[in-house]
Amino acid sequence: MARTAGTLLPRAGAEQRALAWRGYRPEWPKLFTHVALVFLCAVFAVPFLWLVSTAFKPDNEMFVWPPVWLPKPFTIGHFQQGWSLLPFPTFLKNTVIICVLVVIGTVASSSLVAYSVSRIRWVGSRVLFVVVLSTLMVPYQVTMVPLFVIFKDLHWINTFLPLIVPAFFGNAFFVFLLRQFFMTIPVDITDAAKIDGATEYQTFFSICVPLARPALATVGLFAFMGAWNDFLGPLIYLRDESNYTLSIGLAMLNGQYGSYWGAIFAMATLMTVPIIVLFFLTQRTFIQGITLTGVKG
Amino acid sequence: MSQRAAIVRGHVNRSRISPAAWRNFRAGLLFGAPAIIGLLAFSIYPILSSLVDSFTSFDMIRPAKFVGLGNYTTLFTQDSLFWSTLYNTIYYVVFAVPLGIIVAFLLAMLLNQKIRGLSIYRTIFYLPSITPFVASAVLWVWVFNPQYGLLNTILAFVGVKGPGWLGDPNWSKPALILMSIWGVGGLMVIFLAGLQGVPSEQYEAAGIDGANRWQLLRHVTIPFMGPYFLFGLVAGLIGGFQYFTQVYVMTQGGPANSTNVYALYLFQNAFSYFKMGYASAMAWILFLLIAACTALVFRSSASRVYYGGS
Repeated sequence: MARTAGTLLPRAGAEQRALAWRGYRPEWPKLFTHVALVFLCAVFAVPFLWLVSTAFKPDNEMFVWPPVWLPKPFTIGHFQQGWSLLPFPTFLKNTVIICVLVVIGTVASSSLVAYSVSRIRWVGSRVLFVVVLSTLMVPYQVTMVPLFVIFKDLHWINTFLPLIVPAFFGNAFFVFLLRQFFMTIPVDITDAAKIDGATEYQTFFSICVPLARPALATVGLFAFMGAWNDFLGPLIYLRDESNYTLSIGLAMLNGQYGSYWGAIFAMATLMTVPIIVLFFLTQRTFIQGITLTGVKG
Repeated sequence: MSQRAAIVRGHVNRSRISPAAWRNFRAGLLFGAPAIIGLLAFSIYPILSSLVDSFTSFDMIRPAKFVGLGNYTTLFTQDSLFWSTLYNTIYYVVFAVPLGIIVAFLLAMLLNQKIRGLSIYRTIFYLPSITPFVASAVLWVWVFNPQYGLLNTILAFVGVKGPGWLGDPNWSKPALILMSIWGVGGLMVIFLAGLQGVPSEQYEAAGIDGANRWQLLRHVTIPFMGPYFLFGLVAGLIGGFQYFTQVYVMTQGGPANSTNVYALYLFQNAFSYFKMGYASAMAWILFLLIAACTALVFRSSASRVYYGGS
């Protein structure tokens, strides 16, 4: 379309332009970019900073304008208040137990299944993969009621089991992710091992799993985040306060003690900080994971 | 390799299923077992069971009675909350999803440059999106607080009297949409990866042809980003129709049902009123709605979305 414009230009001019455009990315004026980025970052960061700083503020600094960003003195009073209102240490312990077991279950089962549908040549592999993948289209609401009935009949209500056990049976999304990864391992490597007499189990554990470590880390990380974040599951299945997770506890704190602003912010901080720390520790895995889980082809 | 093939062929000749194929079948089944059992127990059986329930008066107490299309006709003709919660959900999806895509794209464009401090900017935009839902929900309850909230305090500072946000039926839905924009960081990172994949030869070629910045955006960047926008749209659609946690924590559907969304009403029917059959019918309507919207998006994008060279 713009071609005619190009051909109209004198030849020398075109060459000059070609040089100027080499390695080109459409850049906006630097100053404009920086101003826009700083402004937008402020918009995105302010609620966050407000959350964390309020959690550590003494009461008399909470309602002043402009807001106090660095509390003076730093106080953990709101944290103590938070866990005197509701047993947050217990909620934290419950959440960690659930998260750890979900991560173990998800990584173990999803990698086995992904191996089955990507590296073993058997009749069911294609069908199994397609059926597993198609369950991703079904919204949680559809299976919510029958699953509740199943777990009720098993007397699993008010235990962690409905939140943990399904993780041991493969997660469609992570199966997809790991399958994509396993497919990139050259067939020659596993074939060579098999010719040397390695069984399928040996090939899986000593070749594919070590090679897939980054992908497995991504899966573990996202499974952890999912379990940490989960609200609907614990809401449906957990009844006694002593079994609550952080997400349910925080929602309950907000519902019952809505005016204890400082305590709510302290507990929200308590719930957020581990995720932020995890992010900074595993930044590369994280960013890789998001782009992996996004679009490809 | 050929030796191996010969061995395999030899086996085929002897029996109908070669030992190798049999071994593979057994291994495949064994490795796939978690998913096979999981599918049956946690997907296929519940899906079928839910479909059956949707035609009954199932309530977990009395024996379920078959009511034919009763639940569906009640929903469509007598339940005004069904329609208003559906309206609220569609309102949310229609505004939050495109806005989220636009903001994520603009942020990604800003970050797709050679400037100092890029990774810091990126981290700041990204962090809100990994903040646990419940934590961000309780935070925004206070951001939106009409008297002490951050938003109205800032508005008052510049001389604007802020609305009641979550307390005002006219402002509650816009408030939730505004909050959702805060979490676009995940999509932004995906878009950024997409932008970094635009081949620079394409920019060079267009540049040689004298395209200006706007034309580059319009004719190179945006077409190339098609699959990424499609992903954002479909993921946003599916997530938006199931929007639940934030309203459950922040408003419980109020004020005046202005934020009562479909998934919340469905949840209440199932676990507050124990109208499980009714809730199952709602779930199936939701399922079909999501499937139809997704199919529509894919179909209408098929001719427009350009997938790169290879």
